Amino acid sequence: MKLMLKQVFGSGKFVIGFVIFLAILLTVVIYPIFVPDAPLKIISRGTFLSPGIYVNLYDSIDSATRYTLITDDAEARRVAGRLSDEDRAKMREWLIGNGVDEAEIDGADTAQLLDLWELNFDPTVRLPGMTNADRNYYIRLTASLEGLLSTEGATIASTNPETGALEQSDIVNQTDYVHVNEVANSRLFILGTDNFGRDVLTELISATGVSLTIGFVAGIVATSIGLVLGLVSGYVGGMVDQVIVFIMNLFTVIPTFVLLILISFSIGQESRGAFTIAVVIGLTSWVWTSRAVRAQVISLRNRDHVNLSKLSGHSIAYILAMDILPYIASYVVMALILQISSGILAEAGLSILGLGPRTTEVPTLGLMLNWAMIYQAHILNKWWAYLPIILVIALISFSMNLMNTGLDQVFNPALRD
Amino acid sequence: MKSDKVILSGKGVTKIFGFGSNKTVAVDHVDFSFREGEVISIVGESGSGKTTLAKILLGLLKQTEGEIYFDGQLRDIRSHSKKKAYWQNIQAIFQDPFSSYNVFRKIDAVLLDCIRMRGGGRLPYDKKREMMREACSFVNLKFDELTNKYPFELSGGQQQRLMIARIFLLKPKILLADEPTSMIDACSRATILDMLMDLRNEVGMTPIFITHDIGLAYYVSDTVYIMEHGKFVESGSADAVILHPKKQYTQRLLSDVPKLHEEWDLSTV
Ligand SMILES: Nc1ncnc2c1ncn2[C@@H]1O[C@H](COP(=O)(O)OP(=O)(O)OP(=O)(O)O)[C@@H](O)[C@H]1O
Ligand SMILES: [Mg+2]
Repeated sequence: MKLMLKQVFGSGKFVIGFVIFLAILLTVVIYPIFVPDAPLKIISRGTFLSPGIYVNLYDSIDSATRYTLITDDAEARRVAGRLSDEDRAKMREWLIGNGVDEAEIDGADTAQLLDLWELNFDPTVRLPGMTNADRNYYIRLTASLEGLLSTEGATIASTNPETGALEQSDIVNQTDYVHVNEVANSRLFILGTDNFGRDVLTELISATGVSLTIGFVAGIVATSIGLVLGLVSGYVGGMVDQVIVFIMNLFTVIPTFVLLILISFSIGQESRGAFTIAVVIGLTSWVWTSRAVRAQVISLRNRDHVNLSKLSGHSIAYILAMDILPYIASYVVMALILQISSGILAEAGLSILGLGPRTTEVPTLGLMLNWAMIYQAHILNKWWAYLPIILVIALISFSMNLMNTGLDQVFNPALRD
Repeated sequence: MKSDKVILSGKGVTKIFGFGSNKTVAVDHVDFSFREGEVISIVGESGSGKTTLAKILLGLLKQTEGEIYFDGQLRDIRSHSKKKAYWQNIQAIFQDPFSSYNVFRKIDAVLLDCIRMRGGGRLPYDKKREMMREACSFVNLKFDELTNKYPFELSGGQQQRLMIARIFLLKPKILLADEPTSMIDACSRATILDMLMDLRNEVGMTPIFITHDIGLAYYVSDTVYIMEHGKFVESGSADAVILHPKKQYTQRLLSDVPKLHEEWDLSTV
C-alpha cells in the first residue's frame, strides 16, 4: 500500500494533475473564509461591470487625507480620458465637412482643436448623411468638453439647511490625490460582475465547489452502480449475468446524454436541485464502469487465489470484497476520477441547455455559462463573464485526466516508459 | 494404510467448454473410484484435461454430465454451507504457488482461515498461534519470521510449503495436488513430495497427484490413471501401468522422460 502510494506520487503526470486539483479544491474551501458574501448576492446596479477596483467617490472627497502629487502627464491623461482619439477624429470629420480647411486642423493640439470647435460647431447644422444619433453624439460631446482645459479645481458645495443656499465647502484641486486604502469604501472585482450584477469571482468559486460536488456525487453513484453490477454479473455469471448484461446493452445503445436530457426535463424545474441532477447524471453514466469491471472480474474469477479462498470457506460477498475488489481497486479509482470529471461536464452541458439545477439557490459552472450565454456576454465582449468559467472547467478536467493518465501508467505496466 | 472403502468415485464425468464449432471436450466420460488411503496419480500430457478434472472433483467447476459420489453418496454441493462442508473433506494444492495467494492478505490470515474452517474460529489467539507455529514447523518454516509478512515475499518453494502447512491445519480426507512441484526447482521438489507423503501418514488422507511427469507418478503412487484427450486410457497399479504399459500413449509418456526411465531400470531390474 505504501509502495503503491509512493509509485503513484512518483509519476510526474499524476503529481501535476493532483496539485492543480488540490489548488482548485483549496481555493474553493478557503476563499469563503475571507470573502463570506453569499455567492448569488446582487452587488451592483447595472450589468457586466468590468474587472477592477471600484472606489467610492463620495468617501474619497469627503473623508480621506489629501496628498499633493506633482506629475507631468496628469493633464494629458485627464484630457485623453475625456476626449479619446476617436472623438478627435469625429470632430475633425465634422469640421472638414463644414468647410474648415483640412490643413488648419492639428488633431494632436487639443487647445487648437477646441478653439476651432467652439468657433465652428453648430448643433443645428446637419451634414449630409448624418443621423439623429450622430447629432446627439456631437451635442453630448460638446457638453463634455466643457472646462476640459481648465486648471482650476472643482468646487464642492453643500446646501445650508437654514437658508437653503449653496455654500462652498471645499475645493478639489487637480493635483489632489487620496490613498485608495484610506477611502472608507472601495471594492475589488477581480473578475468584474455578471449580467445580474453579482461578483463573478465569488460566484465562480462557489460554482466550482457546487460543480465538484455534483461531479463527485455523480461519480460515486455511477461508480457504485457500475461496480456492484459489474462484480455481481462477472462473478455470479449464468442467468444473473444475462439479465445484467441485457440492462447494460440497453443503456449502451441509448445515448446517455439524450437520456439525461429527457429525465431532467421530465423531473421539472421545481424539483431539480443540484443533488437531484447529480444523482440523475450518476444513474445514466454507470454503464462503462460496469462493463469494464465485469470484464476484469471474469478474468479474475477463475484465478487460483479465488479458488483457494473458496476452498477456505469464504462467502461470495467476502470473495468479492477481499479477493476481487482489491485487484481491481486501482482500476475503479481511475474510473471514478473519469466519472467525476465527466459528471462535471455533463452538468455543464445540461445547464447550457437550460436543464440544469434550479437557478435560485446555487450557482454551478454550467449555470454561469448558461447565464453568460443568455445575456450575450460573448457578443458584448464581456470576457470575464464566460472565459474564467470555461478555464475552470477545462482546468478541472485537465487535472483529472492528467491524474488518470498518471495512474494508468503506474498500474498498467505496458504503458510505462 | 490402504482400505477398500471407496471415498471418491465418478461415473461418466464430462466437461465441455464452449458451444458449437469452438467447443472443447476437456473431460470425456471418465469413470473412476478412489479408495481411502491409497495414493493416486492422474498422468497426462499438457491439455489432456487434468486440471479441469481436478476442479470438477474439487467442486470448483460444474461437470457438464456425469455424477460424482463422495463417501458412497451422490455429492451435493448446491448451497454454500454444503460446499463448505465438502471442502472440509477435500482440499487442493495448485500448480502455481505464485498465483495461489491473494497478494493483499498476510500469511497469518491464510493460516487463520484454515483454523476457522476446522471450527477453531473462537479459540483464543494464543492457541491459534500455537497451531500455526506447529503447522509451519512441520514444513520447516518459522512462523515467527512469517507472521505479518505477505506470501509473495516468500520464495516459490517456501510458498508451496506454506500451502502444505495449510493442508496440515485443514487435515482433509482427500488432497488434490495439481502439479504441486511444477513451478519449483528439482531440489525443493523432492522435499515437497516427502512432506506431502509425511503429511499423508500424519493425517491419514488420500492424496491425488495430478502430473504430466510419469516418473513422479511412479515414485509416489499406488494407483495410476493415464489421461489422454479427456479420457482415461489406462489405469491400474503403478507397477502394472508403468512397467508394462499396454497403450502406445503411455509408452510415449514414458519415453518422454528417458533419464528417469533408465534410472528405474537400474533400480528395479
Ligand atoms: N475455462 C476454459 N474455457 C475453455 N476451455 C478450457 C477452459 N479450461 C480449460 N480448457 C480447455 O480444456 C482442455 C484441458 O485443459 P486443462 O487445463 O484441464 O489441461 P491440463 O491437462 O491441466 O494441462 P496442463 O498440463 O498444461 O496443465 C484444454 O484444451 C483447454 O484449452
Ligand atoms: Mg493443468
